[in-house]
Amino acid sequence: MADTKAKKEKIPRHAMPEQDPDIRKRNFLEVPTGYTVEAAMQEAGRCLQCKKPSCVEGCPVQVDIPGFIALIREGDFNGAVRNLWTKNSLPAVCGRVCPQEIQCEGKCIVGKKDDPVAIGNLERFAADYARMNPTGELPPKQKSTGKKVAVVGSGPSGLTVAGDLIVKGHEVTVMEAFHKPGGVLVYGIPEFRLPKEIVFSEVAFLEKLGVKVECNAVVGRTVSLDELFEEGYDAVYIGVGAGLPRFMNIPGENLIGILSANEYLTRANLMKAYLFPEVDTPIPRGKNVVVLGAGNVAMDSARTAMRLGADSVKIVYRRSRDEMPARKAEIHHAEEEGIEMMLLTNPTKYIGNENGRLTGMECLKMELGEPDASGRRRPVPIEGSEFNIDTDLVIVAVGSGANPLLTQTTKDMQLNDWGYIIADPETGKTTKRGVWAGGDIVTGAATVILAMGAGRKAADSIHQYLSWGW
Amino acid sequence: MFKIVKREEMAEGTVVLNEIEAPLIAKKAKPGQFVILKANETGERIPLTMADTDPDKGTITIIYMVVGKSTALFKTLETGDEYQDVIGPLGKPTHMEKVGKVVCVGGGTGIAVLHPITRGLKQAGNQVTSIIGARSKDLLIMEDAMKAASHELHVCTDDGSYGRKGFVTNVLKEILDREKIDLVVGIGPVPMMKFVSAMTKEYGVKTIVSLNPIMVDGTGMCGGCRVTIGGETKFACVDGPEFDGHQVDYDELMNRLQAYCEDEKECYDSFCTMNA
Ligand SMILES: Cc1cc2nc3c(=O)[nH]c(=O)nc-3n(C[C@H](O)[C@H](O)[C@H](O)COP(=O)(O)OP(=O)(O)OC[C@H]3O[C@@H](n4cnc5c(N)ncnc54)[C@H](O)[C@@H]3O)c2cc1C
Ligand code: SF4
Ligand code: FES
Repeated sequence: MADTKAKKEKIPRHAMPEQDPDIRKRNFLEVPTGYTVEAAMQEAGRCLQCKKPSCVEGCPVQVDIPGFIALIREGDFNGAVRNLWTKNSLPAVCGRVCPQEIQCEGKCIVGKKDDPVAIGNLERFAADYARMNPTGELPPKQKSTGKKVAVVGSGPSGLTVAGDLIVKGHEVTVMEAFHKPGGVLVYGIPEFRLPKEIVFSEVAFLEKLGVKVECNAVVGRTVSLDELFEEGYDAVYIGVGAGLPRFMNIPGENLIGILSANEYLTRANLMKAYLFPEVDTPIPRGKNVVVLGAGNVAMDSARTAMRLGADSVKIVYRRSRDEMPARKAEIHHAEEEGIEMMLLTNPTKYIGNENGRLTGMECLKMELGEPDASGRRRPVPIEGSEFNIDTDLVIVAVGSGANPLLTQTTKDMQLNDWGYIIADPETGKTTKRGVWAGGDIVTGAATVILAMGAGRKAADSIHQYLSWGW
Repeated sequence: MFKIVKREEMAEGTVVLNEIEAPLIAKKAKPGQFVILKANETGERIPLTMADTDPDKGTITIIYMVVGKSTALFKTLETGDEYQDVIGPLGKPTHMEKVGKVVCVGGGTGIAVLHPITRGLKQAGNQVTSIIGARSKDLLIMEDAMKAASHELHVCTDDGSYGRKGFVTNVLKEILDREKIDLVVGIGPVPMMKFVSAMTKEYGVKTIVSLNPIMVDGTGMCGGCRVTIGGETKFACVDGPEFDGHQVDYDELMNRLQAYCEDEKECYDSFCTMNA
């Protein structure tokens, strides 16, 4: 039945309007410009309103997808965003950065024969509409409980916890090590993919609800976890992310011109170094840039380098295209912007000059062998295939680990072998009483929506604890 | 916002002291730790090791040399003005214990960092001799404070305009030749720390230095501050800033400190013409 209906209407998926690749590759404005009202309502019309929607199963936080899409189709955009908010407090962000192709859209029935409904684009549309046409309406807040919660880290998981608990009547303070809140959404993901104004408006909204945001507060240094309890907090949520850059550990890695993606993107995004010298933080502007890795972080780094004026930007990745972990849209955007993919290639050493500056890199060609533990075919080096690449800037985006700064100073909280915090997947409870954790510091580097999902579960559990006990 | 409650210029205006209201940091900070400061919205995050703290008053003191755009901007801040952001205390504190005879060697603004460590080592019951140096008399800072913090103080200037003529290492060598020293602490320009460490290595005397690589976050998130210690990469902001002086790759550190020199110059020049 679903199929016949789709055949009858046959509206093709509305392409997202985008800046032209040749222009956008040298500016920092957002690449997709967003649906018009007409496009959004038409795209919403492609949804079959399934009784048992499989897209919802694909969404880590079970957004009522047919529900919010039906409201868009009816032109009730504020209703759509209110519907989204019941499951997802950051729809403007998720619409932009979720890997929809493996989540909701990957499961969409329309996608079996045709392109799936553009769920992410619609989610973004509704959220942007609400931000641009504010009603001033605030969610109802329960009466004050007098309980105090500290949220450590202001990334998507911390912000979710803060939003959920403030409306339940608790007093919430978010503590952030950096001078600006937002976590990876602010220091990692670039402006051209997620305008910072969106994140700041989300934070401003939480502040309007009464959440206190304290920046420059490095928990574990400025104040310890135990001191938070001494100061009268009743519960603490830890959402400090996976902020420990991994390097390749190959010779020459400390030459000038080799940066972790964390450093490169923090300079570019948080410190706005792309505006240098109007701002004071510099950033290396490479001519021939190489980015190691093929996840979202690598794509963001490569596209940033292009925008900073590089002549050439190469992604060097030791596996093949199928294994590239980045969102499909980002890989596509990167290639449109002229970024080269050097697949099945693994760096073996960096080459520098007498001043300690990077001039090149030696690589090995790889081929795919037997599947490894992750089920992906393992890349094995081809003997004698060494070759050199000229490069003056290498950005290392091969993953991140658990930053030990907070966990080291908190003795009675159990960590796993990799230094991540052990937390109950259903409640987020850690082994330390009164302390919850979630997001990348529990799962390792994952996604915005998983971090938010963990935040929501933990907020429920914290609320129960504050109402009934541990 | 973090208000400057006291400001002093030293060494002919090339060095500036700021005492800043930062009660949380003042309560926690220990000698050897640093803060990151950002003057305003467009400012850079600059790490500076604290020269002093007053937990009762809720203030910290930093002493910096005006070397580039950001410190030039800091210098424009008067008493009553505010830093937008001050983050800390960061890094590991100095390990202070009684070891016996200690020599503290300081150069340039490194003396400001050395001062609380010297005082702490003396309080811990060590016999402390200090050697401080500058290019000339007018550039020397904190002589009186260092005298009070040590049992014995030697002052050198490169041009002989005050104290002994020559480098701090000349005096250090005499001391090492004369008596058995248990610990040397050397804080100053990288070449000074390099020479001090080379010398104490010959004498087999344990030496601590405090490194000042380029930093961004100061919490181990970026790796911009990486230094090579005994052949291994360390992040100075969390593993340091103090390290075993005999293990440090000083040449690499000196190179890495030059990473943004051209940019820095561009920015500094445009700032200076703007404010001319
Ligand atoms: C460049 C980049 C691109 C990405 N792209 C995507 C994407 O397209 N789609 C997607 O779904 N995911 C993406 N991700 C992953 C996603 O951003 C993360 O999974 C998510 O942000 C994790 O959220 P979090 O709340 O756990 O932590 P984070 O967002 O990392 O936030 C943690 C915050 O805690 C602060 N903090 C750390 N330690 C302390 C401390 N001791 N005291 C106080 N504060 C502290 C940090 O400064 C930070 O602000 C990307 C990640 C990066 C780096
Ligand atoms: S939150 Fe992500 S997965 Fe869920 S509906 Fe939105 S885009 Fe899809
Ligand atoms: S300053 Fe970023 S890791 Fe040390």
